[in-house]
Amino acid sequence: MTIRRRTMLAAAPALTTLAEARAQGVAPRRGGTLITMLTPEPPVLQIGVNNQGPTLVIATKMFQGLLSFSPTLEPLPVLAKSWTISPDGRVYTFRLQENVKFHDGRPMTADDVIFSITKFHPEVAPRARAIFALIDNAAAPDAHTVVFTLKQAFEPFLLMFDGSAAAIVPKHLFDGLDYRTAPAVQRPVGTGPFRFAEWQRGNFVKLDRFEDYWKPGQPYLDSIIYRVVPDSQSRRLALETGQAQLSQANDIEPFDVPALRSRPNLEVALNGWEYFSPLAWIELNHRVAPLGDPRVRQALSMAVDRNFIVQRLWFGIGRPATGPIASSSRFHDRNQRLPGFDARAANALLDAAGLRPNAQGVRFTIKHLVLPYSEIWSRLGEYLRQAFRQVGVTLELESTDAGSWARRVGNWEYDTTINFLYQFGDPTLGVERSYVTSNIQRVTFTNTGGYSNPRVDALFAAARSASVAAERQAAFSDVTKLLIDDMAQIWLMEMSFPTIHDRRLRNVVTTGLGVHSSFDDVFLTS
Amino acid sequence: MELGKLPGFLARRLVKAVLVVLAIVVCNFFLVHAAPGDPASVMAGQAGAADPLFLEQLRRQFGLDQPMHVQLWIYVRSVLSLDLGFSHRQQMGVAALIAERLPATLLLTGAAFAFAVVGGVTLGALAAQRVGRWADSLITVLALTFYATPLFWVGLMLVLVFSVWLEWLPSFGMNSVGLGLTGLAHVLDVAKHLLLPALTLGLFYLAVYARLTRATMLEVQDQDFVRTARAKGVPEGRITRAHVLRNALLPVITFAGIQAGQLVGGSILVETVFAWPGIGRLAFEALLARDYPVLLGVFFCTSVIVVLFNLATDLLYALVDPRVEVA
Repeated sequence: MTIRRRTMLAAAPALTTLAEARAQGVAPRRGGTLITMLTPEPPVLQIGVNNQGPTLVIATKMFQGLLSFSPTLEPLPVLAKSWTISPDGRVYTFRLQENVKFHDGRPMTADDVIFSITKFHPEVAPRARAIFALIDNAAAPDAHTVVFTLKQAFEPFLLMFDGSAAAIVPKHLFDGLDYRTAPAVQRPVGTGPFRFAEWQRGNFVKLDRFEDYWKPGQPYLDSIIYRVVPDSQSRRLALETGQAQLSQANDIEPFDVPALRSRPNLEVALNGWEYFSPLAWIELNHRVAPLGDPRVRQALSMAVDRNFIVQRLWFGIGRPATGPIASSSRFHDRNQRLPGFDARAANALLDAAGLRPNAQGVRFTIKHLVLPYSEIWSRLGEYLRQAFRQVGVTLELESTDAGSWARRVGNWEYDTTINFLYQFGDPTLGVERSYVTSNIQRVTFTNTGGYSNPRVDALFAAARSASVAAERQAAFSDVTKLLIDDMAQIWLMEMSFPTIHDRRLRNVVTTGLGVHSSFDDVFLTS
Repeated sequence: MELGKLPGFLARRLVKAVLVVLAIVVCNFFLVHAAPGDPASVMAGQAGAADPLFLEQLRRQFGLDQPMHVQLWIYVRSVLSLDLGFSHRQQMGVAALIAERLPATLLLTGAAFAFAVVGGVTLGALAAQRVGRWADSLITVLALTFYATPLFWVGLMLVLVFSVWLEWLPSFGMNSVGLGLTGLAHVLDVAKHLLLPALTLGLFYLAVYARLTRATMLEVQDQDFVRTARAKGVPEGRITRAHVLRNALLPVITFAGIQAGQLVGGSILVETVFAWPGIGRLAFEALLARDYPVLLGVFFCTSVIVVLFNLATDLLYALVDPRVEVA
């Protein structure tokens, strides 16, 4: 009992979650091994060098950022215990936690933070490169204070300090080396509650409790084991039989979720993706006739029943999209909505665009490159084929694999496909890139569709440089309206991913990062 | 077999084998590069964010900025010096990656192979001896069923029965991670995990061997030398073993040679369904990720093994059947 009380007093940042646990009448229990899954197996676990979904899930247990974010995207202290922003929005001062050690025993200081933010991430990660280029000067007045001075005000700057976006890495293991090939890439060393223990490729990754973790008494779990289970039905079975206690992200296909929801030993959480807010859309290549005509894009949008997609294909996991900015993101404008499902209006629009049906009732034929990441996207493709047939548009499905998909979308060699992108809580960080003219590039996840509207460009630029949130909101509301009127892409759904866990596993989803949080407060009841 | 001819035979066959493997290496090189996309674009796709600099850096690091013939020359040169290259994607040497997966694959395919050969030949011999009776019918029907049933379905059904209903065996993985088992407990644990995938993989071949053995034994049973042996008063058991089975084994050896060649390749399907950390999955994932060096490395190893087993099969013919000569 005494140990528990000391834990509560010392671990101030964990108070909320502990309090929650107390409220449910369960005190955290120390000990136990969590067995979960990892799909697909990442090539390396060093965050930054590799940033694919599964890497973020596992690396955030070993690495931490300065901040984390609540479900409403308020910043929470992690390695930074406090921070201030100058009135002109250019100077960010972070006070760091003291007594933070890396897994190799060396202390983490302001030097490591400056190295990570100004050298490591800009070198290896495209997203960090674009944002951290705004830093004019980084200084460390003392070992536990970091001051970033920006070239211009950048209101969403704090959102880049989450562990998944800018983890603090040890300077002494990377400085002077090629960051991609440094030995530490094979044996990650961070400040997180769990340290890398073992990786048997194709089999499992094991993380062990870091005894010198800076929150006394935490983490509660002895180990976390990520098992590599490549088949989705085997993963489902692993949860059902108790061979694993947690699944995340794409581990379980949406159509398997209802069955798992009814199991008494399992709990399904759909929250915990607020920071990422993934939005899925039909990506149209504007260069392919007649998709360059806004009337055609609007008609295709109206031909799609988004409620059907969410309810029947995704079994209620996710929400119909309302526009280009997800409703869980900052600066979402709830007053603006996409035109509803209306096949008759869609037909009228296509008639008006001069696309009359031929003798077979076909107005035009386009191809659809099915997203190869899981079975569910083929089902969506089949639904879209049916939906478009109602308005006289023939959709030919092409299947492909991940490598070809990325190459073809990057080279603009497609008519339509599905794309889903993380929005990272702020339209400047996650939405702008898909619509501005300056980002039309032959690279995946840029504005590959080729949409271009000078007014949209100007509004995104204004929102980017405005230092006042209200000004940014006005620009984003205008841009939302323009994008919906132009139907730049056909936004389908705000995606969510089920986090399915054993009921004995507590505190799994407590922040807007969900399974990407450090798990230092996760515990198993006996 | 005349032992005097053996060294010359082996030398000729080995020279041919090296040429064949080299040709395979070159073909494979062009084949894997013919697939659209490259490792850099795959990694960009997986990262969810990319810029031109990112792609350029990766392509330079992976050596993909070199012209194709230069890449081919570098690869062939390193293979000739028995260096399988480096996977920049996984930041590990290809030989190390393959060596890491090889034990698991050999354990699975070896177990399935032994199970199939021993079980298949025994069942086939039993059926041939009791031809027309209920034991024969039972074995024939079972063999036909396994022969005709798709592999993945057998796997799923085995999991359903033994993991879900009976809860006797684990449904995936190679060992219980995190229990820290050692010694005998570890061996038993791996054996428990091995049972279902090995059965799944072995049942098809078991059926093939059973049918082959039965058919050829029936053929041999009526030949003159068997009748002679019987007339001489040789005991029935010895006739079956020494006269019938030995002569019936040739087609079985041919087929076993083919199966043995696949030992190293593993099985993508079974390894995926049972999450077995073998070579098949390594190759499949390397294909999806366009991890060329790993893919080529696996292809190289499997082609070497296939060529070697073909050679071994030829030698084995001569051993089992003195009428066959090496030449």
